[in-house]
Amino acid sequence: MICLEEDKKEYLFMTEHEHIRLPEGSIEKTTTTLNLGPTHPATHGVFQNILELDGERIVSAEQTIGYIHRAFEKIAERRPLYQITPLTDRLNYCSSPINNMGWHLTCEKLLGIQTPKRVDYLRIIIMELARISDHLICNSIVGVDTGAYTGFLYVMQYRELIYEIYEEICGSRLTTNIGRIGGFERNFNDIAFQKLEKFLKEYPKVLKEFINLFERNRIFIDRTQNTGAISADRALNFGFTGPNLRAAGVDYDVRVHTPYSSYQDFQFNIPTGTSGDNYDRWLVRNEEMWESLSIIEQAYRKVQEFKGKGAEVFHADAPEYYLPEKEDVYTKMEALIYHFKIIMGETKIPVGEVYSCVEGANGELGFYLISDGGRTPYRLHFRRPCFIYYQAYEELTKGSMMSDAIVTLSSLNLIAGEMDA
Amino acid sequence: MLTNEIVKQKLIAKFGVQVTDFHEPYEMLTFEAPKEMNLKVLNFLYDDDELKFRFLTDLQAVHYPNQQGRELVVVYHLHNLADNIRIRFKVFTDIKTPDIYTATGLFSAANWMERETYDFFGVNFVGHPNLKRILNVDEMDYFPMRKEFPLEDQTRIDKDDDMFGRG
Repeated sequence: MICLEEDKKEYLFMTEHEHIRLPEGSIEKTTTTLNLGPTHPATHGVFQNILELDGERIVSAEQTIGYIHRAFEKIAERRPLYQITPLTDRLNYCSSPINNMGWHLTCEKLLGIQTPKRVDYLRIIIMELARISDHLICNSIVGVDTGAYTGFLYVMQYRELIYEIYEEICGSRLTTNIGRIGGFERNFNDIAFQKLEKFLKEYPKVLKEFINLFERNRIFIDRTQNTGAISADRALNFGFTGPNLRAAGVDYDVRVHTPYSSYQDFQFNIPTGTSGDNYDRWLVRNEEMWESLSIIEQAYRKVQEFKGKGAEVFHADAPEYYLPEKEDVYTKMEALIYHFKIIMGETKIPVGEVYSCVEGANGELGFYLISDGGRTPYRLHFRRPCFIYYQAYEELTKGSMMSDAIVTLSSLNLIAGEMDA
Repeated sequence: MLTNEIVKQKLIAKFGVQVTDFHEPYEMLTFEAPKEMNLKVLNFLYDDDELKFRFLTDLQAVHYPNQQGRELVVVYHLHNLADNIRIRFKVFTDIKTPDIYTATGLFSAANWMERETYDFFGVNFVGHPNLKRILNVDEMDYFPMRKEFPLEDQTRIDKDDDMFGRG
């Protein structure tokens, strides 16, 4: 009792220079709970991590996701196929064109449309550009989170070049809604190709310099090596795909395993890491950018080989499914009829179920589409790579330092839009 | 080289008449098993030295309100990465007791996929370590991807839109 009285007195007369005396028992709890997110600048997206910390070490992590869930799968059940493309834009919005193409390819598989080679090559150019822009963001953000802002600002203007190419082709930049079932909405114009040439000429130098900034940087290596590591076995069990799986040493790539859009015509390597840590993930993404550049160059050469009439092909010959050009709709009877039929949902869609996947920037982006022959899908499910591998986050960060967990978060390349659908 | 036919024969040899409805839509082997058998089948596919379906690509459900006693179906997409072959495995359940054994013991990846399936379809994964909603709010008292929940009718007129400048 007396003791308490004294404590009280001391508290009352305590000046700010004295140490604060905590009530007895209050320091028994040895861990601290910390809410990382939902809106924390270091999470680069809207998701929350409830971390249990012992000092700076992470004891456990619980993820809350779903802050930007927009019920795409439900909405898709009321939309005709061509109206679902804009929904896919908003999955991984750092590389929308890959999602768009993935969706077109799924529909084409269901409808049995064969696309001409030129369309395939043009698509590959767009998809690889998207992969570069996605990896560019991810890798430069890893730089930002380790305290190096320069790289991020430097490469950003080259992402701009990519966006300008999109703009030339489809008119928009971020949520592209690029292409249609069967091909593209219009042929690539000369400016698009000029911009592509400019990019191919200028970008390698920039990427080289970007890599030089980090690759042998002592601080960067210390921050990223041996943090957030995962073994190949665990990564497979957790359903990892894409660069994160390859960093762990498994050379699984959808582009090679189940080639789509004529990827079999191209020569490229699949870079793999060994330890699956943050540094390896970063290296794998960089190497993939080099490979993507080489694929784009090959594809561009192949596209240039088409001359005369062949160079005007930009969509499959499938009038009942390919939404015709507006100009044709206004001037040609047949195009008008098909346009009307497609818009009003009078086209025949086969009954069936199809799973089709593409190598998204984060991994295997799958579309599971069930059609009952109606105007809209009966059920559509997106296999979102981010959603699946984010559950390994606790295992990746347990026992590590809080600041390493931040780097792990960005090096996994978590895109809230893709995770939450 | 593993083919759909070999997978099919091995499954029939092991489970007999319990694995049914083999077909190959768009070249992917699809089959069905009773819901009590799902773990046995998954385990067999995982452990067998030849089959080695050790990668869970995807797991989700579909709702067929008109199929009496078989309203919900959980669909597993499995992948054998060594031989690069994919299969689709379906387990039907009635909607009154949608209990299905969890695959989390076999695949860590199944954890969130099953939570998502529970969240949207109300499939109860028996033995799941943390079966709660994942994308929707915890307070939600229905399963929104079931067919009886239609999207909002865009022509409805009973809504007060004054605050949105559409009134």
